[in-house]
Amino acid sequence: MIRIAIFGFGAVGKGVAKILMDRERMNRLIGNYSVVAVADSKGSIVSSSVNLKEALKIKEKNGRLPDGMNVIEIIEEVDFDVALELTPTNIDTGEPGLTHIKKCLKKGANVITSNKGPLVVAYKELSKLAERSGVKLLFEATVGGAMPVIKLIKRDIAGNRIRSIKGILNGTCNYILSRMEKERLSYRMILAEAKELGIVEANESYDVEGIDSAAKLVILANSLMDMDVSLKDVEIEGITEITPEAFEIALEKGYTIRLISEVSEDVLRVSPRLIPLNNPLCVHGTLNAILIKADLAGEIFVIGRGAGSLETASAVISDLAELYSC
Amino acid sequence: MAVVTLVVELKDKPGQLAKVIEPVSKYRGNIISIVHKREKRTPTGSIPVEISIEIDEKSIGKLVENIRSQGVVVKSYNEVRLTSTTSVMLIGHIIHTDLATTIDAVDRTGFAEVVEMHISMPYLEKPSTAMMTISATGEKKLKVALDRLKEVCMKKKITVIEPLELEE
Repeated sequence: MIRIAIFGFGAVGKGVAKILMDRERMNRLIGNYSVVAVADSKGSIVSSSVNLKEALKIKEKNGRLPDGMNVIEIIEEVDFDVALELTPTNIDTGEPGLTHIKKCLKKGANVITSNKGPLVVAYKELSKLAERSGVKLLFEATVGGAMPVIKLIKRDIAGNRIRSIKGILNGTCNYILSRMEKERLSYRMILAEAKELGIVEANESYDVEGIDSAAKLVILANSLMDMDVSLKDVEIEGITEITPEAFEIALEKGYTIRLISEVSEDVLRVSPRLIPLNNPLCVHGTLNAILIKADLAGEIFVIGRGAGSLETASAVISDLAELYSC
Repeated sequence: MAVVTLVVELKDKPGQLAKVIEPVSKYRGNIISIVHKREKRTPTGSIPVEISIEIDEKSIGKLVENIRSQGVVVKSYNEVRLTSTTSVMLIGHIIHTDLATTIDAVDRTGFAEVVEMHISMPYLEKPSTAMMTISATGEKKLKVALDRLKEVCMKKKITVIEPLELEE
């Protein structure tokens, strides 16, 4: 019996809960399991088998879980095998996720996270801690949403040396740029449209100034290319200066513009780039895409949805399967 | 790497071409094409042969010397062509920050030139947008030229949008 604790009950947490309610699908994947705790920032439900349907109903109705143990208390007092750390990202401090993950790893529980913050702030420390404790820290959901990236490189093309990774890692920026390309409207107008659609974070600069992309790039560099870099090492340029005419002139020459995150031996950079129209990275809408160059496999290209409740949950579930696949 | 075209005059008998090909291989050149111009046979009966070679720029002089030392007449070899080309986009106050000095940043390198530029400036006082095409004598030189351009543009607060790959 796998005992699962869920920390964070926002879009991703709820998405994961919905998939875990699908017993038929999950039993076939990982065998027997039960959720022993669900917590958000305000409250929690702890039981030998939490009724997820009920938890979702309460969250829906009250906007929060009922008063109960906080996450720290749960980690200290409740037994579980794996924690799903799905709390909101803070890329400056990594908290509260960083403390949660450290405590879980120290007590010998596996951790699966969708939270970029802790990995951006302390990847090396956390991966060493996991190794010392003999447990796993998996984080497929932190980069590229539903797109397979981390396990694809770590497992599916294991043995390769990764020469470079170039990707579109922020769906909001890609939406704005592909709309500017099509409509030739100003950046401000398309941003307003994106806000109406609800695909821009409350703090828009996090997306449009390239910080979110840079955070993901740091995770890729550290976890897949054996680097030891932090956010301040990334050369970052956002998309706010791009004019509608830029697309007109670029298209005449057979290019469009996309925000590209790039890592290679001597490059660690997020910046708008001219992309040939026939290049696979020329994707539209909120899609994410990633082009990997490896020494043995050559070029590998992945495209998919970089955000969304079920999409991100899909990556969390794939990490569960990685740990417990039967 | 650069591409150079040599025109040599070879006697019309066996073994002549080898006198050219062996030095090319010695200096790690890659032969792209060989054209015998039989219709342009010289009064002495030699045949002009045009050979295009991809080779490290630094080795061109030695190669020509070596071919001549085999007794082969090297009629001409062209200046090193600009072999690498890329496009970059500039956004900002391109004209009012003295466009000439921006272009000079590339041209003054001596190994790269701005060969084309397309500027759009739809509104007074608003940033303009330009697509600049730069050619250089090789890919590494192209990168150096691009770095110089970026330095100048950073000082002028002009955004530079680089291509995904230097050469497609």
